[in-house]
Amino acid sequence: MTGWKFMVRQLARNPLSLAGIIIIFIFAIIAIFAPLIAPTPAGHGDPYLIPRDGYWATPQLPSEEHPFGTTEGQYDIFYGVIWGTRSAFRVGLVVIGIVVVIGIILGSLAGYLGGVIDEVIMRITDIFLAFPALILAMAIVTVMEPSLTSIMIALIVVSWPSYARLIRGDILQVREEDYIEASRGLGASNARVIIRHALPNAIYPTVIMASLDIGAVVLSAAALSFLGLGAPEGYADWGQLTSFARNWIVGPSADPLRYWFAVTIPGLFILFFVLGWNLLGDAFRDIFDPRLARR
Amino acid sequence: MELRAYIVRRVLLLIPVLFGVTVFIFGITMLFSPIERASLYVRSARQMSNLPLIIETYGLDRPFWEQYGTWVSQVFHGNLGWSTVVHMPVWDAIWSFLPATVELAIFATPIIILAGIFLGSQAAAHKDKAVDHLSRVAAIAGWSLPTFWLGLVLLMVFYGYFRGILPPDRLNHQMSIVVNSADFVRYTHINTLDAILNLNGPVLLDALRHLILPVTTLSIVSVAFIMRLMRSSMLESLGKGYILTARAKGLAERVVINKHARRNALIPVITVSGYVFAGLANGVVITETIFTFKGIGWWAAQAATRLDIASVLGFALFNAVLFVGVNLIVDILYTRVDPRVRLGGVMQ
Repeated sequence: MTGWKFMVRQLARNPLSLAGIIIIFIFAIIAIFAPLIAPTPAGHGDPYLIPRDGYWATPQLPSEEHPFGTTEGQYDIFYGVIWGTRSAFRVGLVVIGIVVVIGIILGSLAGYLGGVIDEVIMRITDIFLAFPALILAMAIVTVMEPSLTSIMIALIVVSWPSYARLIRGDILQVREEDYIEASRGLGASNARVIIRHALPNAIYPTVIMASLDIGAVVLSAAALSFLGLGAPEGYADWGQLTSFARNWIVGPSADPLRYWFAVTIPGLFILFFVLGWNLLGDAFRDIFDPRLARR
Repeated sequence: MELRAYIVRRVLLLIPVLFGVTVFIFGITMLFSPIERASLYVRSARQMSNLPLIIETYGLDRPFWEQYGTWVSQVFHGNLGWSTVVHMPVWDAIWSFLPATVELAIFATPIIILAGIFLGSQAAAHKDKAVDHLSRVAAIAGWSLPTFWLGLVLLMVFYGYFRGILPPDRLNHQMSIVVNSADFVRYTHINTLDAILNLNGPVLLDALRHLILPVTTLSIVSVAFIMRLMRSSMLESLGKGYILTARAKGLAERVVINKHARRNALIPVITVSGYVFAGLANGVVITETIFTFKGIGWWAAQAATRLDIASVLGFALFNAVLFVGVNLIVDILYTRVDPRVRLGGVMQ
């Protein structure tokens, strides 16, 4: 497909999007090789639970044994941020993947078939969009079991309506095109027209939104687990690691920045991960929106 | 269509949305057993023995729609259950924590709007120059920032390193005593406003000192958002014929930008005030928690971590109703600002 080739060439040309690709690539390497970079101690069990070095409250400074130091409760920060990369990818990709699929199914049904089906689907999206997203997600996580899966379910529930609407709008735009008429005239089924003709021509705005949203979803998930919702204690998750530092923002009076590592390191991982996706999404938008690119 | 007819139509359209919202919130409570739902109304350990009575009173063992009816009529009477984290009815908790949040919003909103519009139009006026590139990078970095982390880092620097220059909470110990004393009349419970009305300088200064970090944390993402939107809207407006006319008749560039381009570029910014509101609503939960700025966001986060379901659902419902209302007002304002908008989408 020439569209994709064109896209790749454009991405490589723009320094900002190139930076985004490199950042995501580095994180992907970290996620894939997590067991080599931060090996799970023998006999530890679930690798996603951060190993503890004792139960002492005070965070320990970075040392040879703990390159990024430890948090309160002696969770190893280095291990946590490395394995947390996997959690971040999982949340971002699974949530956005499922949301795009739901959006494509409901959005194209609503846009292509119209009538009562359209009306019902759109009124349901209205209900979900009536809530500020993070607040609805918070309410949903609260009534579920504390786990990363609950966070993902909550974020799927709050995110699908925007995708359904976006795809519906784009399908509505291409529905009246001649090539759709033509394939309908040739006797193609509704499903075939949607999948083979309408969707491929209406999908680009969704790609932009999805790439921008992976960052946003990871941010929301981190915010929820920072609040103490979702991931169980000790789970390798950047938001929770940051929350462990909340009681240690201010060090002893002689050395107020003593626990800087516990406060800053997990947050920097979140920042760069989200930044990578946003840089990429921003570049996607310039490429796909010729109206903006021309200026 | 007349404006009044349009407003009536828009308000009527809200009914199915609010119906859906309440069914959804109520549906969440139905995930629990009648006994668990009854405990949402329980006010003390002593009342736990009255659970069968509460189930009876609220009809918690009845069919879904009957229970929904009871629940909605309770909500209309202001009964959203009992907030165990703060030991008061949810409805009272909302009203007692709201002023602090309103105070944050009062300071954050003008900053978001003015800074966003100013920076965005600067970026557009200097398109492809250093200012523009810098603003683009700043905006992308701005909405990649985890705000909870930003808040902690700001606290580490301004509360830790600079010896408590910008502390958390709403007031220091001494000033809270002043505020709670008999001489200090609490007109609004918004500290800065009350301090002005009481002509109390020290309280005002202390309240402002406590507002700087939370307001910064709360505004930063929305400023980035408005800035980018304003930039593209401004670029669109700068390409229009009336700008060419204005330049052709020899107007100064400053006048062209400020008077002709910016005013027209503002219209799309107004349409997203709903998003800005949602951003603030989401943001206060995080911001108030980090800075122990005790508003409704702080209360909701406390409730969520301590499984105070009645509070969390009451808070979500309150926000949904508010959000729907804000969107209605935005739509109505939009028709006033831009007479070209066709009301109701029907040919006149």
